[in-house]
Amino acid sequence: MAYLIKPEKPRMKRVKKVVKETESFTTIFFDDEGCKRAKPGQFVMVWLPSVGEVPMSLSNIDVNGLCSITVKPVGPTTTRLCEIKENELIGIRGPYGKGFTLASGRVLLVGGGVGVAALLPLAQHLVKNDSLVTFIIAAKSSKELIEPTHIKELLCPPHYLLIATEDGSRGVKGLATDLLAQVLEQEEYSMVYTCGPEKMMRKVFETAERRRIKIQASLERYIKCGLGICGSCCVGKYLLCKDGPVFESEQLKEVLDEFGKKKRDSSGRFIEL
Amino acid sequence: MPTLNTKLASLELRNPTLLASGILGISADTLEMVFRAGAGAVVTKSISLEPREGHRNPTIVGLEHGLLNAIGLANQGAEAFKEELQKMRGEKRPIIVSIVGRDSEEFAKAAALLDDAPVKAFELNLSCPHVKGYGLELGSDPSSVAEIIKAVKKRTKKPIFVKLSPNVTDVVQIAQVAEEAGADAITATNTIRAMAIDIESFKPILSNKVGGLSGPALKPVALRCVYEIYQQVKIPIIGCGGITGWQDAIEYLLAGARAVQIGTAITYKGLKVFDEVIKGITSYLLKMNFKRVDELVGLSHKA
Repeated sequence: MAYLIKPEKPRMKRVKKVVKETESFTTIFFDDEGCKRAKPGQFVMVWLPSVGEVPMSLSNIDVNGLCSITVKPVGPTTTRLCEIKENELIGIRGPYGKGFTLASGRVLLVGGGVGVAALLPLAQHLVKNDSLVTFIIAAKSSKELIEPTHIKELLCPPHYLLIATEDGSRGVKGLATDLLAQVLEQEEYSMVYTCGPEKMMRKVFETAERRRIKIQASLERYIKCGLGICGSCCVGKYLLCKDGPVFESEQLKEVLDEFGKKKRDSSGRFIEL
Repeated sequence: MPTLNTKLASLELRNPTLLASGILGISADTLEMVFRAGAGAVVTKSISLEPREGHRNPTIVGLEHGLLNAIGLANQGAEAFKEELQKMRGEKRPIIVSIVGRDSEEFAKAAALLDDAPVKAFELNLSCPHVKGYGLELGSDPSSVAEIIKAVKKRTKKPIFVKLSPNVTDVVQIAQVAEEAGADAITATNTIRAMAIDIESFKPILSNKVGGLSGPALKPVALRCVYEIYQQVKIPIIGCGGITGWQDAIEYLLAGARAVQIGTAITYKGLKVFDEVIKGITSYLLKMNFKRVDELVGLSHKA
């Protein structure tokens, strides 16, 4: 029988390296062949035995032979993951979902908070692909700013790395969307990629739409099966784990009553974003 | 061309395939997609009176020949789901709402609440194997089964289907009790109680530890249930369990099912599995010189 997605047990991996990205976020490195072949923007289901399983975008794909996830402590599983030590076991399912499509020419990446992590492999691929990359990295404060060294090194001229914090503790004082508006005034871009708080992404979408620029946004929803069958992660007619997490402008236009406004909780009821 | 139209209690189906409960059926949009893929009818996610969050992840494990799940009956609750169903007011094809409860009162209240929604029939979940107090715990007790069906019948005139578990001592006995209590059809079957353990961490993988096994591994078991139930009850049987291709559907029809539900196979093949099964049944009927799909029902029982 031909499989669309081959359902599997979690692949057990020992944690190879743990890096405290900021005071708030932890990057966990592991070695997995399946993940090395992931496309930027795809995600994995990460099982911490006895604790829980959560969806995570890959923040490094085959960098020095390793892959990683970058975790923000928001619930019981992510909090425990942030305390993980080298050599502990995690289970990996995936990579799942539709990742980013590489655009050529001058491209803009807009990342907010932990959302920056999902854009890191994309930035590397775009640079390797000879695109011209401008990356806006934004956060509430320097405590939540993801600025990995390898990205700073990657995005030297002709590429740009722009930093903004709401409280001005690092970079320009302001929101990602403020910087976005300024940047779009100055240059033409063939594509905008974004990942971060959904209200921010909604604004990025609207700003880009006004200038007729296409975007690709990586969204987040409550995920249970990751295989496209339970329906928990639905956004309108789309299943985030299968049709996303990356959605293009044309798709976002079809789910405007939800995008940036509401999402379903674990029972399936709508809650305000 | 052979006709695939079939009747299930008073429901008219354009073909004998239905979406199984628990797969995709939590929102109007996703149910719509299944109709567009060709399903003759859909069975929604099991709906309880109050909203349920379900179990924590991991809730799904892929195994060699099937899926292990312990989603935990996560659902919006009857009030919220009724609003969801209103979005499908114009749908002509049958929407069957699965309902679940801990006792006859909860079942009856859920049915009463949902009765004036766009619902053509109710499927009673008396077989979920992984939530304490629900499903199998009630469905393995004949007197609970009878009590629940009778209580629901007092609150709705719509057809009542009953989904049974293969994890009982005698599924035929339960089916007979259901028929006597007034059920209009039997869905055979729900998943098998099962589990998986990770040998590196030594831990059961599902957070609930025990879940339900579906997919190809379930098929020979559920098929046997259909065959044996057909010998003893007159109401229609809907076959459910591991149908991934048209040949599986035919087996179930020959065993005595009037229609089949497809669920887990959507993981493997996507929604186009419905089209594949419908086309396969049609070709089979043509090749074997049958004019109507219901000519197949129960044929394997003929001497």
